[in-house]
Amino acid sequence: MNENSIILEVKNLNTRFDTPDGEVAAANEISFTLKKGESLGVVGESGSGKTQIFMALMGLLAKNGKTTGEAIFKGQNILGLPVKELNKVRGVSLSMIFQDPMTSLNPYLKVSRQMTEVLIEHQGMSQKKALERSIEMLELVGIPEARKRVHMYPHEFSGGMRQRVMIAIALLCEPDLLIADEPTTALDVTIQAQILDLLHDLKDKLGMSIVMITHDLGVIASMCDHVMVMYGGRVVETGSVQALFSDAKHPYTRGLLQSMPRIDGDHNEDLYAIPGQPPNLQALPQGCAFQPRCQYATNLCQQERPQTTEFDAGRTASCHQLSSAFHASSPVKNNPVNVVEGVL
Amino acid sequence: MNNIMNVNDKLATFNDNFSDSADLTEVAGRSLWQDARIRLMRNKAAVVSMIILSIITLMAIFAPWLSSHPFDEVYWDFIQVPPNAAEGFWFGTDENGRDLFVRTLYGARVSLMVGLVATTMSLVIGVVYGAVAGYMGGRIDNIMMRFVDILYSLPFMFFVIILMVIFGRNIYLIFVALGAVEWLTMARIVRGQTLAVKKKEFVEAAHASGVSTTKIIFRHIIPNILGPVIVYMTLTIPQVILTESFLSFLGLGVQEPLTSWGVLISEGAKVMESAPWMLAFPATFLAITLFCFNFIGDGLRDALDPKDR
Amino acid sequence: MFSYILKRLLTAIPTLLIIITIAFFMMRIAPGGPFDQERQLPPEIEANILKAYDLDKPVHEQYFIYLGKLLQFDFGPSYKFRDFSVTELILSGLPASFQIGGLAILLATFIGIGLGTLAALYQNQKTDYAIMGVAMTGIAVPNFVAAPILSLVFGVYLAWLPVAGWGDGAARNLVLPVISLALPQIAYIARLTRGSMIEVLHSNYIRTARAKGIRERLVVICHAIKGALLPVVSYLGPAVAAVTTGSVVIESIYDIPGVGRYFVNAALNRDYPLVMGVVIFYATLILLMNLIVDVVYSFLDPKLRVSG
Repeated sequence: MNENSIILEVKNLNTRFDTPDGEVAAANEISFTLKKGESLGVVGESGSGKTQIFMALMGLLAKNGKTTGEAIFKGQNILGLPVKELNKVRGVSLSMIFQDPMTSLNPYLKVSRQMTEVLIEHQGMSQKKALERSIEMLELVGIPEARKRVHMYPHEFSGGMRQRVMIAIALLCEPDLLIADEPTTALDVTIQAQILDLLHDLKDKLGMSIVMITHDLGVIASMCDHVMVMYGGRVVETGSVQALFSDAKHPYTRGLLQSMPRIDGDHNEDLYAIPGQPPNLQALPQGCAFQPRCQYATNLCQQERPQTTEFDAGRTASCHQLSSAFHASSPVKNNPVNVVEGVL
Repeated sequence: MNNIMNVNDKLATFNDNFSDSADLTEVAGRSLWQDARIRLMRNKAAVVSMIILSIITLMAIFAPWLSSHPFDEVYWDFIQVPPNAAEGFWFGTDENGRDLFVRTLYGARVSLMVGLVATTMSLVIGVVYGAVAGYMGGRIDNIMMRFVDILYSLPFMFFVIILMVIFGRNIYLIFVALGAVEWLTMARIVRGQTLAVKKKEFVEAAHASGVSTTKIIFRHIIPNILGPVIVYMTLTIPQVILTESFLSFLGLGVQEPLTSWGVLISEGAKVMESAPWMLAFPATFLAITLFCFNFIGDGLRDALDPKDR
Repeated sequence: MFSYILKRLLTAIPTLLIIITIAFFMMRIAPGGPFDQERQLPPEIEANILKAYDLDKPVHEQYFIYLGKLLQFDFGPSYKFRDFSVTELILSGLPASFQIGGLAILLATFIGIGLGTLAALYQNQKTDYAIMGVAMTGIAVPNFVAAPILSLVFGVYLAWLPVAGWGDGAARNLVLPVISLALPQIAYIARLTRGSMIEVLHSNYIRTARAKGIRERLVVICHAIKGALLPVVSYLGPAVAAVTTGSVVIESIYDIPGVGRYFVNAALNRDYPLVMGVVIFYATLILLMNLIVDVVYSFLDPKLRVSG
């Protein structure tokens, strides 16, 4: 596989949940590609559907969830694969770590058991060899005294250490793609930075791709090559980190960028907040989902959902006002390029 | 049957984090209780149970007017006859020639009454005890709950039996004894809930803004612990009814000429080969009532505490 | 671990003492002495008898004598069965009671856990509804209703099994009592298992296990069962209490010479020492069971194991 080969291509993915109150569309018409060794940041508010896309890929949707579309991972469509087939991919070449390290490890099993079982299951290793490999992996993710600690229970680890264990488990079979679902949200700020650094290092060391699901633009700026912004179950804007942060097109993306606090900003100025409430997926507004909160909304926005337009190489956005005056003339007040540089 | 679930909760459980469920609920603008009622009404088993229970209750209340026979009148010509619509013995008669239909309904009176009174008693004791322990916290809480723990490990059924043996078989004693037994779990639930609610931000906020303790308890704490209390109450009623029937079955409960389902079942079991109807009717009534209360309790639990069960 | 068991044992002693004390004083309050119902005895003979049973001493002294005798497993004389002591009666009933009680608990635990797990795995499907329907029946049909019906159907109509009787513990005689005793507990345990299994199957750590690509069967067996069974283990204490209580009526329905049947007869005959003896015996049994359950629980839950 050459350096630029595509590792994951998602085409027109839709995720629906059947509920007594009707069907809820958590993710709609999602399409994107990810190349080997690249990292993609997926950003959006809670409930924007960003997690559900990847739960669908992993076959981890709740029972009432359904997915349509295609997700070609290393040449194979993994959507709708029977569990037995999916298990040849999950934990092997496609791994996922989750938001809450406190509850994501089995409290009743020793860490050693939770690690070795992966190697025994997927690579047919002997118990002894698997244990050695697990200890190596724990050392790689920076667990001190790994040889001793591998025999402990999860509750004997701190939150940050548990997330490191989670990462170690996910990397056991050296996956080609790691999906990290808000891996730092539940952790202390200082620990957050450590975990992000660790992921950054491992990405380079192991040459894997990463999908970073987050609501924190700072995380994206420090870790990712590409960004996908989601709102109300749809992708509203995509692009490279540099391009998107310096020239955001969608009003929602601009709002997100403006609402980031900045060290070098004007401290007397109020921090920008996007007005209104995140959308209710059961009762999305007509037309553009963001329209009720958008200061540029027109009649057209209220009636018709905007199409996704590729307006530049690798840049897409879904907004009726793309070509209109405000985008050309009014640069984002809180120039986000500085934000990017500030974080990097 | 239990597929009642609000989309918000579902998404919260499998989605990013819990804050969005709060946001979505706000947008939907339905209160927790309205949501719960809608979910309960969707639960067919619970709704049917409520209807059946209402019918049984009404039949019990209006028992004397529903049959042409008094409950204690002995018909010498109709000893242990099978159901006989012509004479108005719809459920047949017992070995003393008394109308089983009206006796079954009088049994319903006793059972429902015991269920209601003993449960209310357990509710009052349990809520007060649990709320005090939970709200006071610290040492007092510790001592109070240790006491409950000790009582918990006593085989209460046997003490109730001893009580009945020693102090005579009287129905008021059953009320008291069963109420005194059932309050323990209620106290535990209320205490746990109170502790949890007490730590919530809105209670702290109320404290900080100078709301009085009484007002906090009544406006903030009690409404928020009501859910589990109601659920447990609904599940206590069948428990109490069952226990009363058990005591009556052993001959330690309600005494002649009054009757209860346990007494009727016990009499029926003795002659079940020759007069199966004497066992069938009271047993069916008891089973249906227990079914209904349990279905309602389950329905309430699912409606008030929507996890995907 | 050892210190934990010791601690639990020590806390069980005051509980047991409370039970014995309540039982003793209730017996004293109870109307009627042991020999009241007999025709009038000459005063000196009555005094002798009272003396023989220490009834002439002050109550608190009697209490300590009773305690002392209990330590030697002597529950005193029975009022009704004059030729036997309460201890002898209890011992004579033990084998039958232990057999049906123990078998019922075993049956309830295994079938209950099996059915509950099955229902959870097929949540909201036909299997689930069928199992939960049966479980609801087990809860709504009390064992004193189920027992006569089972005996009527399998004993009288089908004549496959004895209607009642012990037959020296022959397997044929055990089937119906054990089943009637186990039914409600099967129902409770199945519901409990289902609920906790569903909760565990939706937990984050099961999601992790699935994300690791572990076979679904192993996910359930290795990852889910342990957590799901904890509530069931802690229910076993109350389950034993319920089975003991149930055995009281089941033994009289099936005419089984166990402790429970003595208890009912004693209660109806106001044979206070026998009633008290049986209560103390059962209470000790239940306390012991609770102790065992707590120890097993702490063994299963690593968080408790380390701190305990």
